[in-house]
Amino acid sequence: MIFQNVIWAITLTGMGLVTLGFIYAIAQAGRPADTAEAERAHRTSISLRRVLFAALLLLGIGIAWASLRPFPIPAQHAPLQAAQVVDVVGHQWTWDVSQTHLTAGEPVEFRVTAGDVNHGFAIYAPDGRIVIQTQAMPGFTNKILYTFRTPGTYKIMCLEYCGVAHNGMTAELDVAARGDKS
Amino acid sequence: MSSLELYPQDEKLPRGEHVAFNLYMITALLLFVLMMLLGLTMRMTQADWTPVQAAMFYKIMTMHGAGMVGAMSLASIAVMWFFLRKYVSLHLWAFVSNYVLFMLGALCIIWAVFVGDFASAWTFLYPLPVHSMGLWSNGAAAVFMVGYLLIGVGMLLFYLDAAAAIIQRYGNLGRGLGLQWLFGGAIDPTHPKAVVASTMVIIANSLGILAGAVVLVMCLINVYDPEIALNALVAKNLIYWFGHMIINATIYMGVIAVYELLPRYTGKPYGVSRPFLWSWAASTVFVIIVFPHHLLMDYAEPRWMLVMGQIISYAAGFPVFLVTAYGVLTNIHRSGLRWTMPSMLAVLALFGWAAGIVPAIIDGTIGVNRVMHNTQWVPGHFHFYLLLGVLPMVLTLLYHVVGSRRRAPVNSGTDRAGLLLYVVGGISFCMVFLYAGHMSVARRFSTHLPEWLPYDRAGSIAAMVLILGMLVFATRIIVGLLKAPVDADAAHPAG
Repeated sequence: MIFQNVIWAITLTGMGLVTLGFIYAIAQAGRPADTAEAERAHRTSISLRRVLFAALLLLGIGIAWASLRPFPIPAQHAPLQAAQVVDVVGHQWTWDVSQTHLTAGEPVEFRVTAGDVNHGFAIYAPDGRIVIQTQAMPGFTNKILYTFRTPGTYKIMCLEYCGVAHNGMTAELDVAARGDKS
Repeated sequence: MSSLELYPQDEKLPRGEHVAFNLYMITALLLFVLMMLLGLTMRMTQADWTPVQAAMFYKIMTMHGAGMVGAMSLASIAVMWFFLRKYVSLHLWAFVSNYVLFMLGALCIIWAVFVGDFASAWTFLYPLPVHSMGLWSNGAAAVFMVGYLLIGVGMLLFYLDAAAAIIQRYGNLGRGLGLQWLFGGAIDPTHPKAVVASTMVIIANSLGILAGAVVLVMCLINVYDPEIALNALVAKNLIYWFGHMIINATIYMGVIAVYELLPRYTGKPYGVSRPFLWSWAASTVFVIIVFPHHLLMDYAEPRWMLVMGQIISYAAGFPVFLVTAYGVLTNIHRSGLRWTMPSMLAVLALFGWAAGIVPAIIDGTIGVNRVMHNTQWVPGHFHFYLLLGVLPMVLTLLYHVVGSRRRAPVNSGTDRAGLLLYVVGGISFCMVFLYAGHMSVARRFSTHLPEWLPYDRAGSIAAMVLILGMLVFATRIIVGLLKAPVDADAAHPAG
């Protein structure tokens, strides 16, 4: 399953629930309640808000816990011990990539920095989706640990605006299947 | 608590205030339309429908970003001023000074972009302004930053005047926020929501502007003495602390119009409550410390700051969903609401804020940001709550004000048609961005890959529909504002 599609479905669900809440209130807005009905609605709304508060709190804590364990960013000050290591330096407007031939199924450590200004190092899969990215910042090295699952030609694009040739700042990575020497 | 009278006497504008308010709002409306046209040009360029070169595209992008943030700030400050002046004593000179400094700053920015060719984006990242590869001079970069500084000084002047006025009336800013009632005590139901929201904005945005001033001065020194180099990560922290706060503040100023006006159209009181005060107290803290969610790709950033960026992004949704949006829904529920332009725009504004924050919160998750960062998902969510949230808040006040002039009906067929175009165009425009973002379409690219063009074309058409709606609004409101003010009581009875 493509991760971005899951995010899209969750987003549409969340926005849809907000929309339903508004549609319900708008549909009821034109029918004024009498005093007793208004009092009942007020008590219901307070109870409902408490339920919503508890539900959102549990949801927030649950998602935060699940999404941060394990922490999605690899340790930056410890050796990652990947089988493949690629040093990447971004310049206006080229990528200096130490190794462009990689093997699928084996972890790759990308050490990303910049020689002049900020750049964004994003790897696009052959299907056109981003698989991973990080910032390329002068004076700092950001480390990514990624294992390519499928062979193919992956594209590097700059996703941090870095001047007028920003969108032309691309490079390619050839990812071969394990055991494929071609 | 705000009055339920539709046009209370304490909202009448004396001549000086009337001229200043009109200057703010007419300038902002013209800026909105012009900046939307620049935005449309960008979308059409990406769609391969206009022959705009990359250098011009990025100049337009820089102008569009700076201009929209400026116009949003200008208009939402006018909203805050319009209501806050009812409760505390504000000085007109401070309000006018902000306008004058804004215009001077805007002229600097326009000159830097269109004469000096500066194209470093509105949230320019150090050291880009001095690494133009010969496309703009260091002088143009400096003029652009001086423009920002002038605008910041103006806003700070206004906030300081407002802070002094709140302290004079309530004793200190904490009492303006209503902190004395957080843990108990009888809440004064007449304590104005406008004062609570304004106090929060003054505290948070003043800090943001000061952070912006620090990084701007540091960058200006670097422009003329490159030996004095900055730490790129520190500079980025300051830029986003400033950038996030200044755009976030617009929604907290704009929402005052909804708090004050919607109850008059529903006829239901909408006083302060303990959850409301807790929500604004929490938001004051959240807005100040949430900015690291812009740095989730900077792995050199301390881990605790990245975690904080995610957790606070989640927490920041609570006040929006559970207090403001929920409060508005309960206020309109079974109220007998009169559906006129101001009430429709107020409800739209809260919908835009509440719905627009969903993709924003999701993108605040580190794991999600890893594949969504700097895709069109980002302009998707911020356009959603700016176009369908903040701007309708401003329009709520403006349609309300125009409605107090006898010859400008606020609920005509033209207005309703404009609203329909705006809503359909706006939602489509933003959803196309979000859809493209989930398909990994990059943002801030002057030229797009062939497979991205269908999204760009759909977005361009949606933008055209949206702009048609905005043109109706701008025309009707500017004409209405320019008409001589007349006593509204006969035409608009209270209630």
